[in-house]
This record gives sequence, structure tokens and C-alpha cells, in this order.
Amino acid sequence: MLHVGLIHFLIISAFLFSFGIYGIVTRKNAVMVLMGIELILNSANINFVAFSRYGNFGLGGQVIALFVIILAAAEAAIALAIVLNIYKTFANVNVDEIDHLKE
Amino acid sequence: MSESLLINICIVILFLPLVGFSTVIILGKKIPKLYIFEVTILGVALLLSIIVAYTKLTFYSTKNIIGAFTWITMSNAPVGDSISIDLGMKIDNITVLMLFVVNLISFLVHVYSIEYMRGDKRYTRYFAYLGIFTFSMLGIVLTHNLLMMYIFWELVGVSSYLLIGFWFEKKSAADAGKKAFIVNRIGDIGMFIGILILFTQYKTFTFDTIYQQIASGNLPFGSNGWLTAAGILVFLGAVGKSAQFPLHVWLPDAMEGPTPVSALIHAATMVAAGVYLIIRIFPMLTADAMLVIAVTGAVTSLVAATIALTQNDIKKVLAYSTVSQLGYMVMSLGVGAYVFAFFHLVTHAFFKACLFLGSGSVIHSMHHEQDIRNMGGLRKKMPITYFTFLISTLAISGIPFFSGFLSKDGILAGTLAFGKLTGHWLIPIIGFTVAGLTAFYMFRLVILTFHGEPRDHHKFEHAHESPFVMAAPLVVLAALSIFIWYTPNPIGADQGWFMKDWVKAPSQVTPLETRFDFMKPSSEEAKAEVHGEVVHSVEYTETMHWAHYPAMVMSLILAGLGILIAFMFYQWKKFSADKLADKIKPLYNFSLNKWYLDEVYDKTAIAGTLIFSSILSWFDNKIVDGIVNGSATVTKFTSGMSGWFDTYVVDGFVNFTAFFSGFIGLSFRRLQTGKVQTYIVFIVFAVVILFLIFKPF
Repeated sequence: MLHVGLIHFLIISAFLFSFGIYGIVTRKNAVMVLMGIELILNSANINFVAFSRYGNFGLGGQVIALFVIILAAAEAAIALAIVLNIYKTFANVNVDEIDHLKE
Repeated sequence: MSESLLINICIVILFLPLVGFSTVIILGKKIPKLYIFEVTILGVALLLSIIVAYTKLTFYSTKNIIGAFTWITMSNAPVGDSISIDLGMKIDNITVLMLFVVNLISFLVHVYSIEYMRGDKRYTRYFAYLGIFTFSMLGIVLTHNLLMMYIFWELVGVSSYLLIGFWFEKKSAADAGKKAFIVNRIGDIGMFIGILILFTQYKTFTFDTIYQQIASGNLPFGSNGWLTAAGILVFLGAVGKSAQFPLHVWLPDAMEGPTPVSALIHAATMVAAGVYLIIRIFPMLTADAMLVIAVTGAVTSLVAATIALTQNDIKKVLAYSTVSQLGYMVMSLGVGAYVFAFFHLVTHAFFKACLFLGSGSVIHSMHHEQDIRNMGGLRKKMPITYFTFLISTLAISGIPFFSGFLSKDGILAGTLAFGKLTGHWLIPIIGFTVAGLTAFYMFRLVILTFHGEPRDHHKFEHAHESPFVMAAPLVVLAALSIFIWYTPNPIGADQGWFMKDWVKAPSQVTPLETRFDFMKPSSEEAKAEVHGEVVHSVEYTETMHWAHYPAMVMSLILAGLGILIAFMFYQWKKFSADKLADKIKPLYNFSLNKWYLDEVYDKTAIAGTLIFSSILSWFDNKIVDGIVNGSATVTKFTSGMSGWFDTYVVDGFVNFTAFFSGFIGLSFRRLQTGKVQTYIVFIVFAVVILFLIFKPF
């Protein structure tokens, strides 16, 4: 029988993290970048929860995971608002084309 | 009238023409009628000078009025202790007479010019120039010191230059102006040195102070020789200005100027300034200096008279006659006949101005024809001009009842006495010869111009008498050529008011041993008695009396002979002048070509100057410029070197630093894409690498 242990959580978390990074790096659309960030945050959450369950650290990890979820919600709200404003200004949400500060 | 008022009026007279000049020169272009203002001003000056002359001669006839102020005071002069330079006026009888002569002739010339110069494109400027000339001439007349004399002397030179070259579009006129200016400069250098000799010794320019010093035995550098030198050097100024022998060449050329200018400047006033200068320095002339002056004058009068014999230009004849008469005056001063020299200066001013204005009248009516060979028969067409011209000619020839006779006779008597007393017989011989020559060439001029048949019928038809403003000055001047203004006795000036009351020769101040014997007092009593006037020995007075009648008779015979020969040649044609000229061709050409003096100067003085200046220019070009150019080359080379060092070493270093920074910047610039995603990739890779390096697990 397949025994689910800490290592599996970490592998999934690692996958999620990698996908997140991949998304951030490859996508041009700001919304997709935000989604990548969400993936990374959630991979971190999985790590916290997994260590809280299998580790010897008490419930602190789960509490932090809750914090991170709230944080992510707030961050998403602000980030989406910014993206919306960017879209209003430039009619575009591609992160590599919004480079006016360069000049 | 008080003395100070007299001085003030003289100041006004002096500055009136200057006011006229500045007004006309500034506003003349806008108000063309302004020339009337200038003429009026001269009229006022003439009026004032008549008042001054009358007052001075009536109430102050034996007193010299001096008005002076200190111009510069130097208490710590480098040489000697203190110097103070005075400017001022000295008004004696000679001054007021000159004032009258200058103002009268200037006024008449102004009036005459209104018509003569009409239609000229620089009409008002012409009157302005006349104004500045009159101002400078009055300055010479009024001054009481050598410094002002020198300043106004140069001003006269410059205004003469402007007037001679008035028609400067003509090259000959422009050249004549330059010639007059440069030749005068040669004389002025001598005058300047003479003035400096006197100033070095006496620390003052004032005539009277200098004479007092000389009289008290204070000689320049303590030697009689220097006193003689100072006298001759100052006289050199007169040689230039009064056109005396070696420097007379400018005056005939100056006839390129307008004819009224010739009358004013080159006959009556400016050239008389030289004689006036000798009159002023007369007290300090030693016997040697006087002999030099006498010989210069004699040579001048002879040379000019011989040249005048053959000239064909009406103005050239008059010009040489002027030179000759000026020679007379200078000679007269040289032989000590001071009073007659001044007398001749005045009479000559009137009749020569009349002759020049008369020739101007002829030239005007003949449409600028000046060659007497194309004239003739003008007597009927121009009666006023003819008669005034004739009167002046009689005066200059020395015919009794005319002014020239009185003054000329006096001069000849003076030379005769001089010859008898000192043994210099050549001077009276030249004097009498010139008297005969003068009568001849002046009547030649009159006969060829006014008598006989017209030789150029076309121009003769157009000839006409001059209008009133031109004829009136002629009449005034001709009237002044008659004896009655000077003396009641037509054959002797001795008893006239001019000689007896007005003009007295000043006493010599030179040391006794440097004077001619006849200029020494016979005894101590005589010296005391005639203090202030010229001191002559009894012998001289006797000789002058002895010389009076022989001189008169001889001059009359010679003048009559000259006139007779002129009539024989040109009026009655008993002899042919042309044939005679052919017979003595070399002599004729010698005279016609003015003794070849211009050519001699061309070959010697001018060529010498040119060679000298080309040597100087070679020195400048090769040596001075060579040094300058050499140092320039060295500087250029060293600056090239340091420039190379700057460009390649200093700049190279700087550029390399900049290039290196730029290179680094360029290399790393690639990393800074400005794209967050790229940075994230870097971060990820960096983290991975850090993990691999530090291996925390």
C-alpha cells in the first residue's frame, strides 16, 4: 500500500513552485504572472502544512499557512487593481511592454 | 577803453572765426545758407579789429598790452626746479595792424568767394575751412609766446593743406596739398628745435621773458653760438612757411587751390606769418643769424624773380612774384630794416591780394583758362578788373604814388646802407636787380592779359566783368595800394604815421659783440636815450639818409626800364620775345623749368628719402620681421610639441579611462533589461548556484 509521506508533499510543492516560476518567467500577461505568484505562495503553504503535520514544530506552520492565504488574497486584490489601472492607462497588460520608466 | 577790455575784445576776435568754423562744419550740410553766417562773423571780427586798432594806436600807441595766464605749473620738474608755462596775448602796434590786415583780407576773400565758388559741391565746407584758417592766423598774430605760436603755426599749416587740396578729386591738387604740408614740416622741425633750445635754457616760451634773460647776459648754454643757432633754427620755420629759397617749391604748386585761397593764404596772410615770426624774434638775432636771413631772402627773391620771367600761367607768375617779394621782406629783416620789412608786409598783403583776386576774376570770366598766351585784350571787357590790377601792378613795381614804392624804396635803401656799412654789396645788387625784374614780369603779365588783341576769340566772347561781390573787394584792395593811407608824402614814408608813430624797431637784446657794428649804440648816453627801441649807431642813421635818394633814383630807373622793356617786347612788338628765347635757349629753359629745382629735389632729396626708406623697409622686413618670425616659428614648434603631448598622452589617458568605463558599462548593460521576468530567472539561477556552492543540506 502506498504510504503518503512528507517527501510527496515536498515533491508536489516543488512542482508547484517550479510551475509558478515558469509561469512568471514565460508569461507576458500580468494576470498570468499573478497566477504564477499564487502558485508559488501555495507551494509554500503546502510546505508549511506538511512540516506542521510531519514535523515536530507544533501548529505554527498551519497558522502561518492561514496568514499566507489571507495575505495572498489581499495581494491579489491590490495586484489586480494595479493591473486594471495599467490596462486603463496603456490598453495593455503585457509586463515587458510596460517599460516607460526605462527612458 | 580800458586795457582789459581791449584784451577781451581780442579774445573775441580770435575765437569768432572758430565759432564760425564749428557751426558751419557741423550744420553746413543741413543748412546750405550757413555760409552767410561765416561771412557775417568775419565782418564782425573785422569791425572789432578796426576798433581795437584805432584804440590801441590812438591811446596806447607806446604801450604793449599783455594778457596772460599760467597754463601749466610743474613744481618738481626733472630738469631745473620749477617750470610754469604761460599762454597769452601781446598786443602791440604790430599786432593790431596785422589783426586789421588779416581780418580785412579774410573778410574780402569771404565776400569774393560767395560768387567765385558758387555751385561748388562742397560750398559750405569751403567757408568753414576759411574760418579755421582765419582763426589759426589770428592766433599767430596775437600770441605772446613761442608755444602758442608753434601750435597755431601748425594749425595754419593744416588749414592751408585743406584749402590747397580743396578740389582733391584732381590729383595735382591733392599732390600740391601734400607737398605744401611736407615741405613746411621740414622747416617746422628746425623751428621746433630752435624753440626747444630756448626753452631748455629759459624754462619759458614767452618772448619778453626770453629777451629779458638774454639782455641780462643769460645765453643758451652760455654761448653766443647757441644763440645764433637758436635764431637760425627758429628762422627755418619761416623759411618753410614764407617759402624761402630751398623750401619755396611748395608755393607755386599750391596755386592748385581755389584762387581766393591763393589770395588769402599764399599771398597776404599765411606766407606773411614767416616774416611775422622773424619780426617777433628780431631782438634775439645775432649778426651771423641776420646775415643768414639776409642772404636767404636775397637768394629767394632773385631765384623767384628769374623764374617768374618766363611762366605762362597767370597764377604761377603771381606765385613766383609772391616768393620774390617775401624774399625781399626777409632780406630786409636780415639787413636790419625792420620797419620797412613790416611796412612791405602790409602793403604787399593788399596789392598782392588784389592781384590774386583780379587774376581770379579773369580766370572766372574766361571759364578757368589760366594760360596768359590765350588771353589778351581783356581791358575793354573787364574795366574794373583791369584798373585795379593795373594799380596793384604799379604798386608792386615800385612806382611813386603807390604803396609798394614806399616800402620797396625803404628796403632798397636799407640794403644799400647795409652794403656800405658791412661790405656785403651783393645783397643791394640783388635787391636792385630784382626790382627791375619785378617791374618787367608784372607788366609782361598785364600786357599779355589785358592789352593787345584777344588770342582766343571763343573764350574772349564769353568773357564778362565780374559781379559786384567780386569787384568790390578788388576796388577796396586797390584803394589800399595808394600811398595816402600810409603817409602824406608820396615819395618818402619817413614822415608818415605808419613809420613815424606806429611801427618802431625793437631794441636788440643780443650781447654787443655779436651785433653788427651799426647796430651798436654809439655811446652810453645814446643807449640810455633810446631805450626800448632799436639802437643804431649814428653812422647807421647817416648812411640811411645817404642811401635814401640813390636808392629811390636807382629803383625808379630800374622799374621804369623794366616796364619799358616789357612794353617794347609785348605791346609794341619792337623785338620778338620768342626769338630772344630761342637765342638764349638754355637760359630760357632754365627759367621756364624753375631752375630745375623740382627735378633736383626728385633726384636728390626725394630719391634719397626713398632709398633710405627702402633700406629701412628692408631692415624691417628682413631683420625685425625675421626676429619676430623666428620666435614665432620656435613658439609654434614648442606649442606643436605640447599639443601633441596633450592630444596623445593626456587626452589618451582620459579617453582610455572613459572608453574602459564605457566598455564595462556596455558589457553589463545587457543584464539590465528592465524586465522583471529576466531578473527572476537570474534570481532563480543564483539561488540554485548558491545552493550548489554552499550545500546547506
